[in-house]
Amino acid sequence: MTGIHEPWDETRGAEIIAEHAGQEGATLVILHALQEAFGYVPEAAIPMVAQALNLSRAEVHGVFTFYHDFRHKPAGRHVLKLCRAEACQAAGGDALAARAEAKLGVSMGSTTADDRVTLEPIYCLGLCATAPSAMLDGRLVGRLDDKRLDALVAEAQR
Amino acid sequence: MKMRIFVPRDAAAVAVGADDVAAALEQVAQKRGLPVEIIRTGSRGLCWLEPMVEVATLKGRVAYGPVSPEDVSSVFDSMAGNGQHPLRLGIADEIPWLKRQTRLTFARCGVIDPRSLDDYRAHGGYKGLERALSLGADAILTEVTSSGLRGRGGAGFPTGIKWKTVSQAKADRKFIVCNADEGDSGTFADRMIMEGDPFLVIEGMTIAAITVGATKGYIYIRSEYPHAVEAMNAAIAAAQRGGYLGTNIGGSTQSFDLEVRVGAGAYVCGEETSLLESLEGRRGIVRAKPPLPAHHGLFGKPTVINNVLSFAAAPFILAEGAKAYADFGMGRSRGTMPIQLAGNIRHGGLFETAFGVTLGELVDDIGGGTFTGRPVRAVQVGGPLGAYFPRALFDTPFDYEAFAARDGLIGHGGIVVFDDSVDMRKQARFAMEFCAIESCGKCTPCRIGSTRGVETIEKIISGERVSENLALVEDLCNTMKFGSLCALGGFTPYPVLSALKHFREDFVPAPARLQAAE
Repeated sequence: MTGIHEPWDETRGAEIIAEHAGQEGATLVILHALQEAFGYVPEAAIPMVAQALNLSRAEVHGVFTFYHDFRHKPAGRHVLKLCRAEACQAAGGDALAARAEAKLGVSMGSTTADDRVTLEPIYCLGLCATAPSAMLDGRLVGRLDDKRLDALVAEAQR
Repeated sequence: MKMRIFVPRDAAAVAVGADDVAAALEQVAQKRGLPVEIIRTGSRGLCWLEPMVEVATLKGRVAYGPVSPEDVSSVFDSMAGNGQHPLRLGIADEIPWLKRQTRLTFARCGVIDPRSLDDYRAHGGYKGLERALSLGADAILTEVTSSGLRGRGGAGFPTGIKWKTVSQAKADRKFIVCNADEGDSGTFADRMIMEGDPFLVIEGMTIAAITVGATKGYIYIRSEYPHAVEAMNAAIAAAQRGGYLGTNIGGSTQSFDLEVRVGAGAYVCGEETSLLESLEGRRGIVRAKPPLPAHHGLFGKPTVINNVLSFAAAPFILAEGAKAYADFGMGRSRGTMPIQLAGNIRHGGLFETAFGVTLGELVDDIGGGTFTGRPVRAVQVGGPLGAYFPRALFDTPFDYEAFAARDGLIGHGGIVVFDDSVDMRKQARFAMEFCAIESCGKCTPCRIGSTRGVETIEKIISGERVSENLALVEDLCNTMKFGSLCALGGFTPYPVLSALKHFREDFVPAPARLQAAE
């Protein structure tokens, strides 16, 4: 997820696109690969993907904007995702989400001013019997309570 | 002799510290100078006991749980000395919660090493495919059809008929697609089986492939499941090395290969036609049916698209025969259902049992009520598109038709329990909000209706012309139900209308309550 990303580089972008362009229905595969490398999908990459797959820019842009996962700019240094779906709601997830927002001073879906933490909702991590759950930079945490959440927030702020 | 210790690598166990426990076990063993082999398994599904650690003994595997890293040293000494321990649960297979289940699909989950093809085969794996190869397509279709297996994704369409349609279609290429976009809150059976017994999914898809004559398959896994993606990729590579994928599978003349594709956070892609669009590299916009995917599916070719659990049921049916499966269940719901108990529940986890068990048994008896200790007020069955049932409906048997008769659905088998602190207005509002966030936008009732639904329920919450707005919500729900193209817009009314019907008091509060409301 986060971690060390490369700065956008056109040659490197072209390499990544070429690596996957031969697959059938490659658009999502390529967008995932670009985001993994650069931390987001740079706008300059969209026409390159379109060119490689013989699609229009509009088509690729349409795919890019349809899916919640793809970012148009880099996230904060750490990404904290809190599950906001029903099983976590039933286990006290609403209060935890409000607590995280208050601690970080941002609302769901935004990044702290110092670019350290992006707080995002996620709709189900499949950990519904050990709810509420969260994901910090790809690491899963279940059975969240105030104490565990505070520790996660503190870790993200470091 | 080396001690053999089993620690789950299932995401739910890892989320509560299983990796730390495994590392601590290694350290303690080293300190004590005792040789151990730590095997990372899937989860047995007793989620409240995770991380649940097991040690092999002559009497069977003895379980301990929930084990925290601080417990490891004393648990290890108990394992090595066969002594007592407060966390000792006894022989794992004898734990009542596990013993009263009928595990046909999840028989190996939590038992074997999901990275090991040999382990899978040693526990009866690939027997279904072997028999399928000896039977031929027509006889396989007869078996699957007479087993009564219905689509476990939620729609409940007979699997045998779907496969037969694809087998009869003429085309230069056919596809097998596994829908592993398990987006429903309260469900995790697909994730568990992919992480805990991934070869089973591969075997089921391979059986489908040889039946219909498909040579290529895709498993579309949601991006929220990185552990499942890793497990499936590892298993596919192992199956390819072992001759179970690629050319001449299992020594036959058939060819079949598999590829994992990862979703990108769109709930609607769990809808089969939207999933196919996504696999083709497009926006996940729902397709109008007909044509059915069986005739005109992935890349326009005949395609079997089934849920993970449907494919995972096939190997048992082929290995043990249709009757062995169909003997379980009730009415037109044959076999077993891996039921997922979730939310505010004391004993949550994966409970596979024959259809027919009542909702009350599942929630009160098996689930043990809420973990907050407060009374159960509502349960949502079947994910975000499923109805909220009150205690008065707890006699409903787990069966496709019985739930439908009470304006509910079993969906993918998830049950989310809420205690008496739940505000059903909030839940109804969330159902509409979720639909608005996730709507693909193709049809108006879903795209616009969900947003209008949020607004109208908000008016009700703020006490604005409550009875008029309640009537409006009901009318809107009917429009969405009958006018939407797919289950997202079509089923969002279920949680909303059930909340209105069964929990009316939350929407039309007494005057005192009205003042207390926000």
